Amino acid sequence: MISLEHVVKRYGDRVAVDDLSVEIGAGELAVLVGPSGCGKTTTLRMINRLVEPTSGTIRVDGRDTRERGVEELRRSIGYVIQQAGLFPHLTVAENVATVPRLLGWDRRRIRTRVDELLDLVGLPPGDYAERLPRALSGGERQRVGVARALGADPPVLLMDEPFSALDPVTRLRLQGELLRVQSLVRKTIVVVTHDIDEALRLGDRVILLQTGGRLAQVATPAELLARPASDFVAGFLGGDRTLRRLALVPLHSAELRSADGAAPAERVDAGGSLRDALEVVLRSPDGRAAVVDGDRVLGVVDAEVIRRAAVTR
Amino acid sequence: MAAAAVTGLVTGVLAARRPRLEAAALAVTGVILTIPSFALFGMLTILLGIGNPAVELGLALYALLPIVRNTRTGLGAVDPAVVEAARGMGMSPAQVLLRVELPLALPVIVGGLRQATVMVVAIATVGATVGANDLGQPLLEGIRANDRDAIFAGALLVGALGVSADALLAALERGLSRGRTA
Repeated sequence: MISLEHVVKRYGDRVAVDDLSVEIGAGELAVLVGPSGCGKTTTLRMINRLVEPTSGTIRVDGRDTRERGVEELRRSIGYVIQQAGLFPHLTVAENVATVPRLLGWDRRRIRTRVDELLDLVGLPPGDYAERLPRALSGGERQRVGVARALGADPPVLLMDEPFSALDPVTRLRLQGELLRVQSLVRKTIVVVTHDIDEALRLGDRVILLQTGGRLAQVATPAELLARPASDFVAGFLGGDRTLRRLALVPLHSAELRSADGAAPAERVDAGGSLRDALEVVLRSPDGRAAVVDGDRVLGVVDAEVIRRAAVTR
Repeated sequence: MAAAAVTGLVTGVLAARRPRLEAAALAVTGVILTIPSFALFGMLTILLGIGNPAVELGLALYALLPIVRNTRTGLGAVDPAVVEAARGMGMSPAQVLLRVELPLALPVIVGGLRQATVMVVAIATVGATVGANDLGQPLLEGIRANDRDAIFAGALLVGALGVSADALLAALERGLSRGRTA
């Protein structure tokens, strides 16, 4: 869906993005992450041509972005920025209607679309449509920002640090919301963040950049944690990467002990992760927990089961 | 006045776009404002003859500085993130200016118009000395005839005009600010 081929961006002598090649598939949520100055935002902005690459090719949906009118290209790509960048003089509904208006949709179609989008991001149109941005909380503004980006139903969504200005609780909730919205709309989404936890939580794949705009590793979150490609990657992931990876490995993938005899009193749902299981195992008086699917006991998990499941994958 | 508003607005927008031009525009309009009105009108009558046109041009020149400056300041104060969002969503430069930047800068621009208007009303009275037909006339005649009542009446009229124009534009400015400051 989006492909970057040998993309380079230089500002004078400084190299912001250094020969970056990466493919992002349709319907994939890719997260660009790295320390500040790694070129992640520059990379994102090259996709909708807010920044022009020095060399290399960027294709969206197979078409070279340079061959398309820059405004036409941008209208086909949703764009969300930090603190939403809502138009303060326009109502929520008018903000969301921005791109449909640019595309010349008729009034009724816009109205229907706006209501649909506000519902999608969890802001009932009756309460929110006519409000001005300053009458919203930070989290609500960011939701409007997402609704606005989805305005004309673009196949691609670019999000630049969408949640960094929010408090931790709101951020966590909106990350969950994004995943929920994504499961409904299945867009190709590229998110930029400096927060590795956010990257691991959101990404189908994580594109990790290092200072100087070089690609450090592209991998799924689980792969990244299991097999960091370099010391830089391992360092960026932090010392507790094995622990963190547990949250990404589903419990049903573990080889459970059979539940012969008395099943342990502590229970953990089979739909959870190894991390959920570890939590229960550590709490359990005998270090064991029954893995259940509803009322059915599937087997027993203990520390050794978790350890084996964590290292064999 | 209208001419000054249009010129000032255009210059202000251009100034906000090009920093070099900004310095030049502010310097030139600033210098104009320091020329005493009497002297400026005098010079312009040499070019345009005695009467209304010279005074009108002079007033327009005086009005430029506050308008240019406020247009520029107003545009400069628009949150860059908002402009970035507008561009990122595919607005053309003209659309960004007309739909986002100017509407957001409007209260400040109107503030500039207000300053310019009040100033022009005051300076206009001096125009009578070079033969313009304006509110300075009764004032000037009063001074010549040493007629206290005429001076007083003239001054009161000028004052009233200035104050009411100011109040009107101030109300407009307040009305526009609503919703535009985040």
